[in-house]
Amino acid sequence: MSTPPPPLLPTPPEPVANLEIKARLLLLLMLLLVCGSVLFVLYARGAFDATQRLVLMADDSEGVVVGMDITFSGFPIGRVRRIELADDGRARILVDLSAKDAHWLRTSSMFTLVRGIVGSPNIRAYTGMLNDPPLPDGAERTVLQGDANAEIPKVISAAKELIDNLNALTRSSGSVGTTLENLQTLTARLNGPGGALTVLLGSEQEAKKITVTLDRANALLGRLDTIAAKTDTQVFGEKGVLPETRATIVQLNALLGDARTSMKKVDAVLQDAQAITTNAKDATADLGALRADVDANLRKIDGLINEINRKWPFARDTEIKLP
Amino acid sequence: MTSRDPFQRRLTQTSRIALQWLTEWWRLAHLGAVLLVLALSPSSYNPASRRILTQQIYLNTAPILVGFSVLCALVTVVLTRIVLVTAQSYGLSQYALQVVIRVLILELIPLTAALFVALRCTIPDGAELTAMQASGELDDMRRQGQDPVRREVLPRVVAGMFSGITLAALSSMVALVVAYIAGYGFTTSGIEAYVRLSGQVFSPAVSLIFILKTLLFSLAVALIPMASALYGMRGLHGSSVRTSTEMRALVRMFAVILLIEVASLVGNYY
Repeated sequence: MSTPPPPLLPTPPEPVANLEIKARLLLLLMLLLVCGSVLFVLYARGAFDATQRLVLMADDSEGVVVGMDITFSGFPIGRVRRIELADDGRARILVDLSAKDAHWLRTSSMFTLVRGIVGSPNIRAYTGMLNDPPLPDGAERTVLQGDANAEIPKVISAAKELIDNLNALTRSSGSVGTTLENLQTLTARLNGPGGALTVLLGSEQEAKKITVTLDRANALLGRLDTIAAKTDTQVFGEKGVLPETRATIVQLNALLGDARTSMKKVDAVLQDAQAITTNAKDATADLGALRADVDANLRKIDGLINEINRKWPFARDTEIKLP
Repeated sequence: MTSRDPFQRRLTQTSRIALQWLTEWWRLAHLGAVLLVLALSPSSYNPASRRILTQQIYLNTAPILVGFSVLCALVTVVLTRIVLVTAQSYGLSQYALQVVIRVLILELIPLTAALFVALRCTIPDGAELTAMQASGELDDMRRQGQDPVRREVLPRVVAGMFSGITLAALSSMVALVVAYIAGYGFTTSGIEAYVRLSGQVFSPAVSLIFILKTLLFSLAVALIPMASALYGMRGLHGSSVRTSTEMRALVRMFAVILLIEVASLVGNYY
């Protein structure tokens, strides 16, 4: 019969210096950690922040959770504190705005609840007029809702419609198929006898007409060329119109020279006439001076006669005698 | 010799196992209740007991505190980098730190701290108690009129719980700080956003579950090895290594930890 091995007795722990103090320090550390953690969580949850209440009314509060942020320009300015059902069946989202950030919200501010494809929805605030009065405490606003997930069915429906249209277009009987067939016919005609003319005019006969027309136009041009050559001879030949005209112009030049000489003579005659006129004018001026001299002499004679009359005894009695 | 019906024999065996299972759990619960009462009664803290208690608290906590914190910091750095890089590659970097806080602080650290305390402190304490029980030291105490539960078990359980809570709290703080540095770098500009993010994670329900979970983990790792040491020796003779007291204590402890973790997950995410 085997006996069980003797149990190992525990060795007493080695004595620790200042055990009491160390243990108390450890207790203090634990208390500090626990109290610090509690205070940190309370602070992080905004328990010590001064707040202002805002009520947002939404048609649907799905995805909104207590504690989620409301952001302004990407910065969190408040937290959702409570979600309840209003009397009219809409969702009342009670938001605590941080008092220090509440001034960003004005009476004209707008609020949106946007659901992304990934993650929880976001409540965002927009303020266009920062000069408007501040949002009062307890204000109630309707939140505008946008849902990216709700857009997906619409997008898929539109995409499906687009694909259907594309399928209809690209079917053999569709527009694109018909166009391609027409293009093929066009290419065949282009490569055919009439070429591009057949394509433009619709048939080979019409294209032939154009060819005939072109030939006739060519012949006409040949005739015109001949006529032009003859005209050249008539106009510019030795006895053509142009040399005759040149001789006429020479004669005209001689005539003009004669006329110029005659005009010069006329000009000299006119100059003589002008000189005669000047002389007559001067003579007229001399006659004026002569007349002035005669007038002066006559006045002197008149004065002389008057003097003689006064001095002579048979002079008239010129005194006036009073009675 | 009478031949018995196999069904009856199996039924008897099953009943005996079930009864034993229930008895063990009942003893565990009873010991927990007794220790709670003793822990709350001032008479347990006479100078002699206080000396043993302070010694146990110090020896169970101080030597592992720094090592575990450093280990947690390293794990946090690695995990944060992994989560950040992965989240960035998917364009979801705004959720990365929230994921780190949830996974590390709410789930991993309390569990790791409890297992660390169990492996380093309470299981060796339980083995010590088993040895004392086997040597008859505890019976001698009883004969001398001393209560071994009050004298030997209570300080170890309280020290184990203390160690578990301290480690979890300190490691959580360290992980929070390290995750911030790994996410934002050595700058203070992200503190406000980070604190707000942490506040969003620690909602009242999540915080309550976190506290309860840490407390229950600490209680489980402190209590179960002691209960197994106290009550497990009876009927030990003749049992194999596979069903030894330590093994059964370990299995029971892990089962309880698993149950607490599952319950906390259900509470957090359902």
